[in-house]
Amino acid sequence: MGRYVVRRLLQMVPVFVGATLLIFLMVNVMGDPVAGLCGQRQCDPATAAQLKKEFGLDKPVWQQYLTYMGNVFTGDFGTAFNGQKVTELMSTAFPVTIRLTIVAILIEIVLGISLGVITGLRRGKPVDTVVLLVTLVVISIPTFVTGLLLQLLLGVEWGWIKPSVSSDAEFGELFVPGLVLASVSLAYVTRLTRTSIAENRRADYVRTAIAKGLPRRRVVTRHLLRNSLIPVVTFIGTDVGALMGGAIVTERIFNIHGVGYQLYQGILRQNTQTVVGFVTVLVLVFLVANLLVDLLYAVLDPRIRYA
Amino acid sequence: MRGVMGVRWVVGAAAVALVASGCGGDDGGGGSGGDGVLTASWGDPQNPLEPANTNEVQGGKVLDMTFRGLKRYDPETGKANDMLAEKIETTDSQNFTVTVKDGWTFSNGEKVTAKSFVDAWNYAASLKNNQKNAYFFSYIDGFTKTHPEDGSAQTADTLSGLKVTGPLTFTIRLSQKFSTFPDTLGYNAFVPLPQAFFTDHAGWLKKPVGNGPYTIDSYTKGSQMSLKKWDAYPGTDKAQNGGVTLKVYTDNNTAYTDLMAGNLDLVDDVPATQLKNVKNDLGDRYLNTPAGIIQTLAFPFYDQNWNKAGSEKLRKGLSMAINRQQITDTIFQKTRTPATDWTSPVLGADGGYKAGLCGDACQYNPTEAKKLIQEAGGLPGGQVKISYNADTGSHKDWVDAVCNSVNNALGNEKACVGNPIGTFADFRNQITQHKMSGPFRAGWQMDYPLIQNFLQPLYYTDASSNDGQWSNKDFDKLVDQANASTDTAKAVEDFQKAEEVLRDNMGAIPLWYQNGSAGYSDRLSDVKLNPFSVPVYNEIKVG
Repeated sequence: MGRYVVRRLLQMVPVFVGATLLIFLMVNVMGDPVAGLCGQRQCDPATAAQLKKEFGLDKPVWQQYLTYMGNVFTGDFGTAFNGQKVTELMSTAFPVTIRLTIVAILIEIVLGISLGVITGLRRGKPVDTVVLLVTLVVISIPTFVTGLLLQLLLGVEWGWIKPSVSSDAEFGELFVPGLVLASVSLAYVTRLTRTSIAENRRADYVRTAIAKGLPRRRVVTRHLLRNSLIPVVTFIGTDVGALMGGAIVTERIFNIHGVGYQLYQGILRQNTQTVVGFVTVLVLVFLVANLLVDLLYAVLDPRIRYA
Repeated sequence: MRGVMGVRWVVGAAAVALVASGCGGDDGGGGSGGDGVLTASWGDPQNPLEPANTNEVQGGKVLDMTFRGLKRYDPETGKANDMLAEKIETTDSQNFTVTVKDGWTFSNGEKVTAKSFVDAWNYAASLKNNQKNAYFFSYIDGFTKTHPEDGSAQTADTLSGLKVTGPLTFTIRLSQKFSTFPDTLGYNAFVPLPQAFFTDHAGWLKKPVGNGPYTIDSYTKGSQMSLKKWDAYPGTDKAQNGGVTLKVYTDNNTAYTDLMAGNLDLVDDVPATQLKNVKNDLGDRYLNTPAGIIQTLAFPFYDQNWNKAGSEKLRKGLSMAINRQQITDTIFQKTRTPATDWTSPVLGADGGYKAGLCGDACQYNPTEAKKLIQEAGGLPGGQVKISYNADTGSHKDWVDAVCNSVNNALGNEKACVGNPIGTFADFRNQITQHKMSGPFRAGWQMDYPLIQNFLQPLYYTDASSNDGQWSNKDFDKLVDQANASTDTAKAVEDFQKAEEVLRDNMGAIPLWYQNGSAGYSDRLSDVKLNPFSVPVYNEIKVG
């Protein structure tokens, strides 16, 4: 097991370097960021040159990348154009997005798996058909439509929630945005669980468990669910990263000042430091989430442990 | 057991989240009055909040609340009135003596003196401080030494044209005659700065200290700034409310939704998509007033196709092919007015605005347009591409409409197409590198309400914002003449003559004047927008 983890960690190094290099090149290709800094007018050449020097933009790209990565390992992610340290931006943005992601993942797990189990056990019954239809609808409606509709109905028409999230972004305020963010994945989790449960229901070990006279509840949770969850765990695990990065739309609708907002601003202002910094951290989140998923397999199914 | 426990714990946590959402806190702007604090929408300032480093509206709003300079533009008329200036005297339009009013202090108690101004201006003009508005000081003598344009080493830290002559007096020597110079001093870049700015710069940036009607109470970068009324403010334009909380919005649609839900008091940028409903939603709590902003189409005069003998006919023809009235009515819902000159109505007739100066060339006339373009030898390469940045401002809509209008006039589906460029930075990048191959979107928001500001920076040879590289000797001569004139009326007249030269060559196509728009909740009264389309926060009454 230890060796497995070490091997996985080593594999992360080239992925990390490759991903950051790619994003670094992509942002640089977009052109000179200083051009947009002076508004509608041209920055006077002397100031522009001075600014480029300050942000290290006067050097060749490979050198910029090396300096940047060197700094990153010492925890220095550079400075955004508004004079703030990128680490400072991260320290305000990530907690908010992590909270939003936790809410979304919890909704996915609780609602998604419960619905999946219910429909999986009652395949072909009216409940199953209704849930299948609903998930189909959810999957086919884009997030921004759901988001704007919920915001308008719950926020303006009925006044149940505030249409925008305050700058504290507490858990309670994040429920509706979290639901919106989770909606599509929620539908997938439901469907994945349903299929998996329905398949395993006819497996020998389930029949044995029932034959032994175990209570139905114990059969479902201990035997059926545990084995059926492997594909679902894979999906949810990789979804952690996707949700954090994909929160741009949801965060914009509900005015949440998280990672999505900072990334959006960074791209609009062509702020290499912000974009690369945030993406670097997101890449790490993806990698760690994937690692955790692989480790979780071992917990769920001992046979995988020594593979 | 592990699996079962895990699932149970998860269910519990979700239940907590559900309950919490049901009884979430209520701390919004719609809450109790009394202290009279209003909440207003805001955008994250692009640059650090230093006066000479702030060149966009969002940062400008804060400076407008926390600072007062020598002059202030009347929120109603745009006229430059004395604020901290007791008097500004000159005999030759080149040497000025400034006397600062006694009794003004910064909110930290420090007195505002002549030195507060001179130090601030020297800081702004010094290249090593990277101030993006440095060029505002380029008229002052010695600027080329503190800010060498060619990138050579800086040889002075202070402007030789500025001299402190007493606690409250200083003199300014300009490098050229500039009759309307005192009127430019209302711009934010010219405000005084307290010593704390120089001694503890990082601390000051976290919480700027100024001399305006508001003080900054707290500032959470990227999300919110709360400003409080400064009770000891010595000026006559004291704040009529207890304070303003500026909330950063990621999207102006969300701000508008918040206003509708009673969660926000003031939105100063009504999203284009809501313009249709805004009168129903807000009635007379919707403002739509002229601002000092003009939109034009600029041309790449560095490209031979657009700059040969007779091509002014081509440009004039294009201008006549644009149905301005229809586009402003349908796409902008009358929040813009078809332009008939190159300035803005906020200047007023005395200030140099002249309705109809453009004449026939700005009137929609498809037959004449077609004739002119044919006489000029047709469109270069058979097609015009109008470049714009696609990231903000819904520029796509109007560019497509302009192209449609041109296509209809020429009876050719492919005569005109839009050329979107991904980001504003890249758009600016291509402009400064002279990569434009056809007309491109140009917008100008005035720095100060002077006709000079609408003409010189944009069309004078090699001027700072002359993106199309238009150059005309007659135009330059008239501008120089206007600047040298000590008589304001005569100066304005010369500027208008210069504008006629611009018209005859169609150096840029004027499209429309932009209005400022705002909407507010029924808790507020006396809301208005100044000529810069910024709300006059200190006059707003709450409750």
